[in-house]
Amino acid sequence: MIRNSLAALTALGLLASAAPVWAETHTISPGEGAQERLQEALILAEPGDVIMLEAGHYTLTDGLSLDVDGVTVRGAGMDGTVLDFTSQEGSGEGLLVTSDDVVLRDFALENPKGDGIKSKGADNIVYYRVRVTWTGGPNPDNGAYGIYPVESTGVLVDGVKVTGAADAGVYVGQSEKITVRNSIAEANVAGIEIENSRDALVEHNIAIRNTGGILVFDLPGLPKMGGGNVVVANNLVVSNDTANFAPPGNIVAGVLRGTGIMVMANDGVLIENNILENNPTAPVMVIAYTEEYNDERYNALPLNVVVGANTYGRGGDDPQIEGGDMLAAAFGGSLPPVMWDGLGSLYAVEGTAGWSLNLMKPGGGFAAAQPSPLDVYAPREAFDRTGIGAPAELDERIR
Amino acid sequence: MKPAFAFLGLAAGALALAAAMPRDAGALPPPMVNDALIQGDSLPRALGDYGFFTDGAARNPVGALKPYELNTPLWSDGADKLRYIYLPQGTQIAADGAGLLQFPVGSAIIKTFAFGEGEEQRFIETRLLLHRADGWVALPYRWNAEQTEARLALAGARIALTTPAGDELSYRIPNKNQCKSCHSKDGEVVPIGPRARNMSGEWLADMHAHGALDRVPEGADSLPVWDAAWNAGSNDYAAHSATATAALARAYLDVNCAHCHQPGGGASNSGLDLRWEQGDAFAYGVNKPPVAAGQGAGGLLVSIEPGDPDASILVHRMNSNQPGVAMPELGRSTIDQRAVALMRDWIANMGQDGAAKTADNRAQGDGE
Repeated sequence: MIRNSLAALTALGLLASAAPVWAETHTISPGEGAQERLQEALILAEPGDVIMLEAGHYTLTDGLSLDVDGVTVRGAGMDGTVLDFTSQEGSGEGLLVTSDDVVLRDFALENPKGDGIKSKGADNIVYYRVRVTWTGGPNPDNGAYGIYPVESTGVLVDGVKVTGAADAGVYVGQSEKITVRNSIAEANVAGIEIENSRDALVEHNIAIRNTGGILVFDLPGLPKMGGGNVVVANNLVVSNDTANFAPPGNIVAGVLRGTGIMVMANDGVLIENNILENNPTAPVMVIAYTEEYNDERYNALPLNVVVGANTYGRGGDDPQIEGGDMLAAAFGGSLPPVMWDGLGSLYAVEGTAGWSLNLMKPGGGFAAAQPSPLDVYAPREAFDRTGIGAPAELDERIR
Repeated sequence: MKPAFAFLGLAAGALALAAAMPRDAGALPPPMVNDALIQGDSLPRALGDYGFFTDGAARNPVGALKPYELNTPLWSDGADKLRYIYLPQGTQIAADGAGLLQFPVGSAIIKTFAFGEGEEQRFIETRLLLHRADGWVALPYRWNAEQTEARLALAGARIALTTPAGDELSYRIPNKNQCKSCHSKDGEVVPIGPRARNMSGEWLADMHAHGALDRVPEGADSLPVWDAAWNAGSNDYAAHSATATAALARAYLDVNCAHCHQPGGGASNSGLDLRWEQGDAFAYGVNKPPVAAGQGAGGLLVSIEPGDPDASILVHRMNSNQPGVAMPELGRSTIDQRAVALMRDWIANMGQDGAAKTADNRAQGDGE
């Protein structure tokens, strides 16, 4: 229906677009009026349409938004099409998506003032080869999240790259059926974070030079809680040694520099076949939620966390905890790779070296610790991967 | 044939009207609002197309437009607002408790944003909410420099302007999607302003008396009147109690923030619920840590730290102009100094339970 009015509008000369806007593909080029032309295309698109962003540099002053189901926004590559938000004056993110079945691919956002791309209540969304970069590197004034799907069922993040996020590079929150793969998270506070979410697969990623590489968190006081059924496998988690630059007050501000893979609360997490090298505090950390909370629905403990076979290189050799030097010395120069606070339930394959704080209750911190070498059971059965990951149909959209 | 038919239709309409209003017999028929355009599926390109006003400058509404005001209004960079409701002939609004009035299909809500007084008054934009059969549609119209016409601005616009007070503004006309960002509840576009609790009882009674509203609901007119709380032209209150301050603060948050910060709203994932009716202090921010605030938290640990406005994220974000920090995210480019002063006062006098920690409040407690 809107197509008819579009034709009329175009005939009246209202819409000065180079391409006929009722076609299946709307091509946008950089230059004068790009903000309005691109936003207009995003508003007037019909399900099934493709919005092509030609190569070049787009200077944007306001956040963009998409609210039409089934639209693909496609650039000429994450280094070819750059949406530059350096002079952004309004909105809390660069691009906001609130519709289902959207594919975002092959373009970049630079220096958004808030988050990079946020998709909220946007089911079955695909982020493919998208780059979000804060070009000045780590800085507390950078936006919080690079790629930020939240409250969605069906999320596929593939081949993205995020640098400089003051919270998490790739952050999936309060969602289900998630895959994050083949992506690079570099120099963020948290590289990749799965929070209050279920059925997530995080695999074949590189998390490097973040404060913490890959985090799996469950927090109280949120509409959706009960995170779990998460697999973190076959990732390269290397040199996550950037000083924490998150503004205080954010949960990730408490992440210790040098954390590789960290699980906080959650029920059912598998960590296996990852390569962990040069994560100076803890290559793997499994703990309960540390803050006070008042939420009867919430489970603060990490339950059924399984540490499978991983490759541990250097790590735990400069732990950012009080008395860390002495503790490391007591363990022979560096802490063993798996750190557990002793709360909830942890399983680890035979031969896994680790240590436990042996806390009696959450929130005690290192002060209440009675450290000892890790002594936990091996997993009793294979981890149930049923239903974990993004729906297979999302793969088809980037074939 | 068609012109003749149209002419006959017009003549018939004029006759009918003449019969209805014998005293005006012989006068021209009153101008008609274009119902087909409101209820159709097009995106009309000019505000004038609807026939809401008799003049292109939209200074003279047709008789069918009913002006209204809100007790506590949304703050939009200090713009004045001219608000009207249009109902198709023979239809009626239904009250839904003290909440949002339920408008029949074919209704329109018209809001013009203006700066300046009298002859100096300039219209910036007019926003329309059209109630179509498949739901509400929100459309922004931008006024031209000559003030003769407002045209559809689907993609919004950013306008440099100077307020009568001499402040430089980078005023943002929202795009169609941004309209929905605020006017969204569970994914559907809905009006925000016309809720019975935030409208004058007199106005509602008048609407009811004219058959345009089914009843005046209980709880109507319960939000405080914002303008009455302030000394004219200043950021100082007229004197009032701490409990009245709390009510005014909650009313402001309800009107300016709760369209996103409520279950089903755009910021539902924050868990922060700023609705007037929310009674749980944690839910409206007391001692609540942020979730996804990033730099917006400003190094602070909770949304509201009772007794300490400077430690409260809510004050920090309302007192910022920086995208990514500033709240609300949309609809303002300057700081509402009155609101910041109000929030500071409210939080400074707040106890750990979120209630006002004052003499008059304790006195109430003693009386129970």
